[in-house]
Amino acid sequence: MIFSDLDFNVTSGELLILTGPNGSGKTSLLRLMAGIGFPHTGTISWNGHSISHEPQNHSERIRYIGHQDAVKPILTVNENLSFWHQYWKIDGLKRTIEETLEVFDLTELADVPGRLLSAGQRKKVSLARLRIGSAPIWLLDEPTSSLDEMSTKTLFDVVEDHVAGNGLVVIATHQTLPLRGNSEVDLGTLVSDAGTVLL
Amino acid sequence: MNAALALIRRDLRLSFRLGTDTLMVLAFFSVTVVLFPFGIGPEPGVLARIAGGILFVTALLATLLSLDRMFLSDFDDGSLDILLTSPASPMAIVFAKVVVHWLTTGLPLTILAPFVAVTLNLPSAGQQPLILALLLVTPTLSLVGAVGAALVLGARKGGFLLSLLVLPLYIPILIFGVAVVETAVTGIAVGPALVALIGLLLIAIVLCPWATATALKVALE
Repeated sequence: MIFSDLDFNVTSGELLILTGPNGSGKTSLLRLMAGIGFPHTGTISWNGHSISHEPQNHSERIRYIGHQDAVKPILTVNENLSFWHQYWKIDGLKRTIEETLEVFDLTELADVPGRLLSAGQRKKVSLARLRIGSAPIWLLDEPTSSLDEMSTKTLFDVVEDHVAGNGLVVIATHQTLPLRGNSEVDLGTLVSDAGTVLL
Repeated sequence: MNAALALIRRDLRLSFRLGTDTLMVLAFFSVTVVLFPFGIGPEPGVLARIAGGILFVTALLATLLSLDRMFLSDFDDGSLDILLTSPASPMAIVFAKVVVHWLTTGLPLTILAPFVAVTLNLPSAGQQPLILALLLVTPTLSLVGAVGAALVLGARKGGFLLSLLVLPLYIPILIFGVAVVETAVTGIAVGPALVALIGLLLIAIVLCPWATATALKVALE
């Protein structure tokens, strides 16, 4: 068992920071919230409905950015993002891919294949997926790893924008972020049994 | 549906840019088939007799060679997490992957087979049935293989495990595939064997995407 007796609520317009030492289950909890796998006991609910009962609907609500960047080395930055754009079949796009590239300072890299990018640049391409479409829940796993100071600031601006627009962001990190969360869950202090997570 | 088409387009683009996957399968297929006349001897009667068997066994092994890559790169770089937590149904994703696998291995093998069959002295009566049988056999191989490829995701020595899992399931497909060519060459009606192949393909279409999607979910947990 990784963690138990966990019970918390997050609402729209909130930023939740998950903290805890390595191995305390931050990634596992975030993946459960994304609907990848199911908890052994307990439930994760959205508006009172368990997400395991409506996985398809839940998928439409979330953007999950994990440890791995999911950037194809053979495709260019533009092609990588265009694919997700087509895959999520986002109609009436509020923001174009060009705008997203500009926000993350990737415009000049648009035609560069993924294999030539640095780790930080790949991370930015990965984070740029957040701005494709308008999913309300963002689940970010160590989003600042390999980012420089400037890009970290950009990311936090984007996160604050999203929260201000009534979005919901959960960030798992073991670092101290210069960002104030509305609530914080420390997985390092948890023991005992089954719990509930309400989104 | 849009999601599946987008995935097919992306994977075909990846496959064309990389190019090596299809080439490796085709090279393995033709070189292995050509080895048989050297090993068995150039006796035309003997070669013609076993041509069907050699072609199908080799096509099956060539397919096996390319199976482990079906989900592996998406699993390794984290794309699979995002693909499966999307509004698209997991079965549609599996179907897209199988279609791409068939277009980049099964279809090229089917096109190449009649040319390679010449080196085995396959009688002309067997040529058309060979193409027809391969058109039915290769998609079934991709579908059944997808289940194995999903089951071994994340396992060490996955390729070895994959052969153990998948090869026994390939036996019925092999038997009826060879039967189509053999009956055609000996002048017996090919109908029953073809119907059996169609049946196997339909069963695979119904069961394999579901089994593969379930295996993928387990692999990601």
